[in-house]
Amino acid sequence: MSITEHLAELARHRALLWALVGRELKGRYRGSLFGFLWTFLNPLMLLGVYALVFSVYFRIDMAHYAVFMFTGLLPWVFFSSSINEGAGAITEGGSLVTKVMFPLQVLPAVKVMANFVNYLLSLPILFAFFLADGVAFTWCIIAFVAVAAVHILFTYSLVLLLSAANVFLRDTKHVVGNLLTLWFFLTPILYPLTQIPEGFRFLVKFNPAAVITLAYHDLFFWGRWPAWGPLAGVAGLSLVLLVVAVVVFEHYKEYFAEKI
Amino acid sequence: MSTATAIEIAGLVKRFRREMLRRDYTTWKSLLLRPFKRRTDADYLTVLDGVDLSIEPGRTIAIIGQNGSGKSTLLKILAGIYKADQGTVTVKGRVSSLIELGAGFHPEFSGRENIYLNGTILGLSKKEIAARFDEIVAYSGLGDFIEAPVRTYSSGMYVRLGFAVAVNVDPDVLLVDEVLAVGDEAFAHKCETKLNQFKAAGKTIVLVSHDLISVKKFADEVVWLDGGKVAARGEAAQVIDIYRQGVARREDETGRAQAEARVAELAAARRWGQGEVEITGVRLLDQAGQAHAVFTSGMPMNLEMDYLMRQPVDDLVFGVAINNSAGVLCYGSNTAIDQAELGQAPPQGTVRFAVQRLDLVPGTYTVDVAAHAGDGRAYDYLTQVASLSVRGGPRDEGIWRPPHTWSLRAREDKA
Repeated sequence: MSITEHLAELARHRALLWALVGRELKGRYRGSLFGFLWTFLNPLMLLGVYALVFSVYFRIDMAHYAVFMFTGLLPWVFFSSSINEGAGAITEGGSLVTKVMFPLQVLPAVKVMANFVNYLLSLPILFAFFLADGVAFTWCIIAFVAVAAVHILFTYSLVLLLSAANVFLRDTKHVVGNLLTLWFFLTPILYPLTQIPEGFRFLVKFNPAAVITLAYHDLFFWGRWPAWGPLAGVAGLSLVLLVVAVVVFEHYKEYFAEKI
Repeated sequence: MSTATAIEIAGLVKRFRREMLRRDYTTWKSLLLRPFKRRTDADYLTVLDGVDLSIEPGRTIAIIGQNGSGKSTLLKILAGIYKADQGTVTVKGRVSSLIELGAGFHPEFSGRENIYLNGTILGLSKKEIAARFDEIVAYSGLGDFIEAPVRTYSSGMYVRLGFAVAVNVDPDVLLVDEVLAVGDEAFAHKCETKLNQFKAAGKTIVLVSHDLISVKKFADEVVWLDGGKVAARGEAAQVIDIYRQGVARREDETGRAQAEARVAELAAARRWGQGEVEITGVRLLDQAGQAHAVFTSGMPMNLEMDYLMRQPVDDLVFGVAINNSAGVLCYGSNTAIDQAELGQAPPQGTVRFAVQRLDLVPGTYTVDVAAHAGDGRAYDYLTQVASLSVRGGPRDEGIWRPPHTWSLRAREDKA
């Protein structure tokens, strides 16, 4: 099955996709005391701890540090939760995989989209921070659409590949979980790019997550257009990754049901 | 497009990797340690071994067979969940499978939300679900519970809701796996009615079931799947009969093998006596002298026991008792009670207890045998030394089938 067919099938089942995204989001917090508020509480708590550690203990010398850090942290939470949950999307799909006929790429896509919706819903808090801290927005914020599109493409391609790999190699999920922590610290989220010594700064170019984080920084925090070149590079890389992921996924998906 | 068949299966082979069945997954570690491990035939278990089957539209086909014969695997391949390793499978039209009821139900969601969720998963659009919603709720019989979270449902309510959604998908081909066995009596009737409606509407139904009575009731045709192959196909009553005989034959074989090993290793707890006379073997034979563990009700049965006299005794009595599975003694007698004229017993020999008509009701029975003295002192007493299954005959119950007839006459009362 070609990529276009793969994506067309996904588009054809968008009602199903959104129904399952709704189930994922509503189900996540239903029956809990704070309910949907957890969507906001989780990143806020993260922010609180990081702000304390890095602006008070480590004393990173930067104006509006908390707002800056929050700008990069929210998309990272979207990315890492998508990968963490998405890698197990097929293996934890249960009866949807083993007992009903089902376009299986919907399952990893649901994890990505659910986390993306979560990200969107936490943006108002980010805006509140901007207002409170007196950082102004510019029109460049409309670049968000393009950056988010690349971000989703990259995340989905990776999740698709990992979810298929995890069916056959069950420790994929655990390996990925550990690598994500390392990846987090290598990405300029907790520190601005200027903190990296000149000689090491080129390394960031090889980190797609860094390119995307910098783009979010640009359009939200710095109020300027993101660097389109590197972003186009990430988009290209994501497309290649998507081709590989679709080929692998489609080739092996017929065996998913019996291997779970 | 030809409309001759709704389902066409040709040369279907399905194998599973044994390590997957053992849940022994490949890990990055095993991959690194043995990257080029070759898989041999021994690593695979063949579940379907060359199945050919074509089903015309509008027919109801039941697939029967023992556990592990490949029935459910075949159904999952028809549903498109598993992929065939060899051969081709073509199914024409919209398929709905009653393999898993309530797939994707979220326990925290209300019945209403889950109807939409489950319906979407089964391929209905939101509009289609909305149009059928009232019908689904009415059919499920859940009433006000439809607004309560599914986790508060009883398992019967859960299944009813799942079934209500699944049958409203309006399929051309319906795949049913054992779901008729769940739910209460009223629900079973509803299922039956629904299946009959599907039949009347000219849908193709493939049914997997162990319930031979409902199979007989619904199926136009029955397929017996045995060891991954089609062992028989044809008219329901006929195939079920062949299947029953096949199962009985197999059970008989294992029963006999067990019986041979039995006497020798009988635990001391189930055997007692002084040992002057020892019973060395017990056999259940048919008329032709063939050993069996399964007998047909109403047919002759011979029980033979071999004995060996270790010390000469002159008041030797042989006894037999038959108990049913509840431990109730159905019949017991011995050579003294029956005043059997056996003469002086030789030092070793074989005693035969011949039953002209085995009029036991169908069920499983155990046999006790004994050699004892005239005063009841046991030389050798063996309990549960053989087990025997009785098949066939009428479906009567109890512990005793007297020879009987029924008749009816009018009553001449005062006018």
